Amino acid sequence: MSTALNQLPEALAAETATKGAGSSLRKDTIRNILRQRSAVVGLTILTILFLTAIFAPLIATHDPITSLRDLGESNIQRGDPPCIHALGCPLDKPEHLFGIDAVIRDEFSRVVYGSRISLQIGFLTVGFAIIIGSFIGAVAGFFGGWLDNVLMRLMDVVLSFPSLVLAIAIVTVLGPGLINAQLAIGIVSIPIYARVMRASVLSVREADFVTASRALGESSSGILSRRILPNALTPLIVQGTLGIGGAILEVAALSFVGLGAQPPAAEWGSMIALDRSLFFSAPHLILFPGLAITFTVLGFNLLGDGLRDALDPRLNR
Amino acid sequence: MTRFIIRRLLSSIPVLIGVLLLVFVLVRIIPGDPCTATYGEKATPALCSAFEVRYGLDKPLPEQFVIYAGALVQGDLGSSIRFGRPVAEMLVERLPVTVELTIVSLIFAATFGILLGVVSATRRNSPVDVGTMVVANLGVSTPVFVLGLVLAFIFAVLLKNTPLALPPSGRLSAGVSVIPLATAWGLQDLKGISRVLLDFFSNMYVFNTLITGQWAALGDALRHLILPAVAVGTIPLAIIARMTRSSLLEVLGLDFVRTARAKGLKERSVVVRHGMRNALLPVVTVIGLSLGAFLSGAILTETIFNLTGMGKTLFEAISGRDYIVIQGITIVVAIAYLVVNLIVDVSYAFLDPRIRLD
Repeated sequence: MSTALNQLPEALAAETATKGAGSSLRKDTIRNILRQRSAVVGLTILTILFLTAIFAPLIATHDPITSLRDLGESNIQRGDPPCIHALGCPLDKPEHLFGIDAVIRDEFSRVVYGSRISLQIGFLTVGFAIIIGSFIGAVAGFFGGWLDNVLMRLMDVVLSFPSLVLAIAIVTVLGPGLINAQLAIGIVSIPIYARVMRASVLSVREADFVTASRALGESSSGILSRRILPNALTPLIVQGTLGIGGAILEVAALSFVGLGAQPPAAEWGSMIALDRSLFFSAPHLILFPGLAITFTVLGFNLLGDGLRDALDPRLNR
Repeated sequence: MTRFIIRRLLSSIPVLIGVLLLVFVLVRIIPGDPCTATYGEKATPALCSAFEVRYGLDKPLPEQFVIYAGALVQGDLGSSIRFGRPVAEMLVERLPVTVELTIVSLIFAATFGILLGVVSATRRNSPVDVGTMVVANLGVSTPVFVLGLVLAFIFAVLLKNTPLALPPSGRLSAGVSVIPLATAWGLQDLKGISRVLLDFFSNMYVFNTLITGQWAALGDALRHLILPAVAVGTIPLAIIARMTRSSLLEVLGLDFVRTARAKGLKERSVVVRHGMRNALLPVVTVIGLSLGAFLSGAILTETIFNLTGMGKTLFEAISGRDYIVIQGITIVVAIAYLVVNLIVDVSYAFLDPRIRLD
């Protein structure tokens, strides 16, 4: 009974969409999302982040990789605290909003450029996991039987490791580096999306509109891509948005243990690892990239929570 | 119930074999041959052939897997390339540090997480609720290594020389020592697995000092554990608080709660006896599911607070390219994770009859 009820909104949505009322449905969805306070806060944080990433060369005050000494600055030392003239920093010292890092580079510019790497990490890692995971989940759920069993047991094996530990093992095999770290986190996230996709497929596989398509002679791949996939997209989008925050945290952790981004890349996790030795004398070098990670992850988490509340038909009614 | 446990036990056997196979394959697909990967420039043909015979690498792959699994069953995880010590021996010494840290942070996260969740749910939309949820959201989004470093800075640098100061590294202060259980109980001659177990528990300083009554050492060990435990426990605490809040809010809206209120029960009794008892099930699941977060957190936190546990050992093994140690730790962590998930599943079935009848 409850399964039939759960299918109802999806079947209705599919029906309405085919009647050409798609744009008003979309407007409704957007209105629903904007009604969620957490989604709005999340979107605001992420908009700021995206703008920072896009306009990084305009916002950054210095080159993020080159040493300030090579840029001709003097009267500076490694680990110098933030210096803002308007707040009383002596005028003979050059202005550096977030201070100077352990290798005498401008911390502010590095944090700004770091937003590019973090967004790329989030989207590539989760994108990879969603593509592979939803393919596995769709195949397992649609065909069922032994294939389902083998694929899902394989997913169980991956899930039976704490994700960071398995990711560390994978990167050790592949070799340290940002791409390999992303690949490792992507691989360990695959089961989450495979499970979400499989559950969605199972819930609509026997729905009337799928049976109708089958009766009309549509191929399995056609049914999967045109009938089932659109109905499974919502939970995937919600899970994916929440997953981006997690992926950014985990890749940062891999970079922190030296397996992710390698110096001199301006990646927040590796920046913290590099400047850790100066921490007690220059805490700002941990604080600024740390806050950057926190707010980025917070943005994705809040947006994900908001999307879930707005798009889950059970919560709307 | 017994049938459920047996079924659950049997279903974890293929997963366990899968875990062993995965780690086995991972270690064998390391680019280049393992000998060169292990010894680097020091690898000579003579050293490499000895290495291959020692690790059975000259045999066919299926046979290698059987040898490897057989050695594992006997507790042989190989020897560390850097230290030349058996990995199992290193783990008996270092695993207790991680286990102790995990347990203390679990207690911290569960206690405060449930408490904050209940306060939030019963005072919905009050400043306390909003504040708790803001902190919970921030907690989930903060990397554990950043939190660890910031806590160390606040309590060891800013609050230095105040009563609130806490040690930022190590397990005990200089001059404080813990008497091993074997010595305290006069069991120095004990051998075999019982000795291994005794040493294991002996290395859990809080447990050891608590049961042998070494109160000064207990206080010192606990003081050293506070900062790492708070760092490790904060993310799970935030997750537990959010789950308790939403679960309790759902239960408090149900008919039987209205009935309980209607018959004149005190609010406290409604929340604790009727609400919490039913809201706890999803919270228990979430605590079980957070175990991965606890372990990952412990691994990252140990390096910050200079605790020689699994995490620090893994960290050192990564930088020293000590594959045998990485393999051993991965296996042990995965098995521990599997066992704890099994316990959580069984305890969940014990709490909720619907699951075991399913």
